[in-house]
Amino acid sequence: MHEMGVTQALLDMAVTKARESGAVAIRKINLVIGDLSSVLDNSVQFYFDFISQGTPAEGARLVFRRIPIGARCRRCSTEFSPSGDNWKCPQCLDAGIDIISGNEFFMESIEVE
Amino acid sequence: MEVTVLKNIMNANDQLAADNQKLLDKHKILGINVMSSPGAGKTTLLIETIRRLKTKFRIAVIEADIASSIDADKISQENVSAIQINTGGQCHIDANMVRSALDKLPLEKLDLIFVENVGNLICPADFKIGTHKNVMLLSVPEGHDKPFKYPLIFITSEAVIISKMDYLPLSDFNLQVFKETVSGMNAGGKILPVSARTGEGMAEWVSWLECQLGRCK
Repeated sequence: MHEMGVTQALLDMAVTKARESGAVAIRKINLVIGDLSSVLDNSVQFYFDFISQGTPAEGARLVFRRIPIGARCRRCSTEFSPSGDNWKCPQCLDAGIDIISGNEFFMESIEVE
Repeated sequence: MEVTVLKNIMNANDQLAADNQKLLDKHKILGINVMSSPGAGKTTLLIETIRRLKTKFRIAVIEADIASSIDADKISQENVSAIQINTGGQCHIDANMVRSALDKLPLEKLDLIFVENVGNLICPADFKIGTHKNVMLLSVPEGHDKPFKYPLIFITSEAVIISKMDYLPLSDFNLQVFKETVSGMNAGGKILPVSARTGEGMAEWVSWLECQLGRCK
């Protein structure tokens, strides 16, 4: 629902990085996004195609690597991926978990010319 | 050629949020980010909270809505400073908007600032604004299954208020399942059942707040 602002932030970041490395064009932007984030891939690409016009990132492809939500049971340390309405440990059925992945929201790299 | 970036996409916002927190710290102000769905009772809870705390602490409220100044007008009637932010359609507030509101408040005369975020269980959880604590409300009529649908906000809140507890006898809300779910996902989160209308649970909530202000009982 807030993809526009996020897309502008990632466009600025990619263009700044490309300039720093003396590149003239960005071909690909590799993003890592955890499933706890509400950002939608298609929507970001849609806004990106629009706002990147006339910038070195025009025509760049966004590649999303999604990281599933990962949990570790606080009781028996089993690691699992909660889903739906089942967030209990599959091993000992305890509800107490620590979130160990799914919060990622970063730019891994860009491919430039 | 591949160039490594490894940078958080929210970096620019996070920096501004850190600056906001420094500004609050400089004035020894506690900032509380209040989040919930629209209609869960944020403004009513804040009014009842202000009535209980305003003789002890100097309070201001930053109200964020897509449009209108209805909430800021209600808060102003309690004789505390209220600044309205209109996001013009945006589903959340960001650190920059909070900064411009902070610039309009008499910070040297305040102890506590509530930021009432835009009513939404999704987007506000993604944006740091520089407050010290996240507090969220889930009202009884919304149902006990919401933590599974919108996990991030439940995981990142230091206090989870179950609001409209006076509706409990009329609803299928399973208090035990909800508490187990939230404390499972968020071990440190304080769960506070409250009804601003009847006053149920208000003392516990206010005492949690006082503790955050350095006055634990």
